[in-house]
Amino acid sequence: MENFSLILAIVVVTALAFDFTNGFHDTANAMATTISTGALKPKIAVAMSAALNLVGAFLSVEVANTISKGLVDENGIRPEVIFAALVGAILWNLVTWLVGLPSSSSHALMGGLVGATVASAGFGAVHGDVLVAKVLLPAVAAPVVAGLAAMFSTRLSYALSKNADDEATRKGYRAGQIASAGLVSLAHGTNDAQKTMGIITLALIAGGSIAPGSNPPTWVILSAGLAIALGTYIGGWRIIRTMGKGLTDLQPQQGFAAQTSAATAILASSHLGFSLSTTHVVSGSVMGAGLGRKGGTVRWSTATRMLVAWVLTLPAAALVGALAESVTDLGDWGTAAVGVFLVAASAAIWKLSRREVVDSANVNDTAAEEPAGVVTTAIAAVTPPPAGPVTDGLTATIPSPAAAAATDPAATV
Amino acid sequence: MSIDWAAIGSVFGVSLVATVGLVALFTLGIKGLSARARATAQGNSAALAVTAAYVCFAACAVAVAYGIHLIVAKA
Repeated sequence: MENFSLILAIVVVTALAFDFTNGFHDTANAMATTISTGALKPKIAVAMSAALNLVGAFLSVEVANTISKGLVDENGIRPEVIFAALVGAILWNLVTWLVGLPSSSSHALMGGLVGATVASAGFGAVHGDVLVAKVLLPAVAAPVVAGLAAMFSTRLSYALSKNADDEATRKGYRAGQIASAGLVSLAHGTNDAQKTMGIITLALIAGGSIAPGSNPPTWVILSAGLAIALGTYIGGWRIIRTMGKGLTDLQPQQGFAAQTSAATAILASSHLGFSLSTTHVVSGSVMGAGLGRKGGTVRWSTATRMLVAWVLTLPAAALVGALAESVTDLGDWGTAAVGVFLVAASAAIWKLSRREVVDSANVNDTAAEEPAGVVTTAIAAVTPPPAGPVTDGLTATIPSPAAAAATDPAATV
Repeated sequence: MSIDWAAIGSVFGVSLVATVGLVALFTLGIKGLSARARATAQGNSAALAVTAAYVCFAACAVAVAYGIHLIVAKA
């Protein structure tokens, strides 16, 4: 611990902040269908998901180890690069949350890492083929796999239960849906909380605080688990609304088919070594379930906006990550400026979100969706969304707070 | 560029078969229970349907347990 420098502390805090955004961004994956079909009350659903995420975080350190041992060359990476990557990922997560679009937190993180690495070490440092095989292809495959599975099972399920008793049916499917949503939450905890553990461990190794090849220290596991659980509990209600109500109208039977298909696809893919993003899987399965019911429709305009967000996730996070990295490169005051910018931008996004609050009380209202739709379209039309705010921010809004912040670290360092 | 088509294919196949199978089982279970609801309403018993329903639910529970096992024992 003797080498626990200031930058390392900043990276750890930022990583936990990312973990938190990851949690509330992905609550929708496990619980959106459960909430929209009324299987669980919104608050109870997020509490259950949070608890299972926390449990999941403690189950293994396998995923964390694949990140901290081998994915990136530990010698070449500096804590500042990881910091810049996290800034890109957090901002993208917040922007997509503001417009209520589910997007993959893992893609945001990878995008941030790619961008920061390119800015720091050039394009040669990124393996393009790995990017295609591990990121782009799964992103296409995931919704197709889960969507088809959900569609066929919804069809079959409606065909089988043609003359079943209504009340028994609703109750039964709700119970089934809760079970499969629980599985998704647990799997999410083992996967996503560990990504943050891996990142923090990587930073600790890069900063020379622990030996290369170490397992994540206990305090890292504990804090990462708590951060993701807290984020899950706070709940990304905007995304839950899009996923549960915006894409299609789900009946309990469809919700069950969708959630089961999602749980199966996630478990099958992580077990067979072809990891799929939870977000992509769940979105696909919700659409599939929507198509599977006779008379069911998918709102393709919402689906298209989601698709745009997915395509933009990696480049947008990469761009922010790259910009952040080039600013941190300028020295300690650059790092401070990026930190201040991150806090200011997050605060601004939160402030914007208060204009039209979405919470557990109105998460299932579709009437209020119109304004959100307008904002979403407007933002989706700007390509890529965060690019504008970032460049503006760096030239226009940053200087005044940065000047204040820059003198601070200079005085203490 | 090496794309692991075998992995994609197996994920695809396993997801499809497992999901459709599980949902079908669960639906049959629910059908069994709703047969009981109807039978009791008419004063009959539906022992066979109820037994079949519980067998279906037990199979689903086994699948969930296997899922948890996969999550916990992820190597």
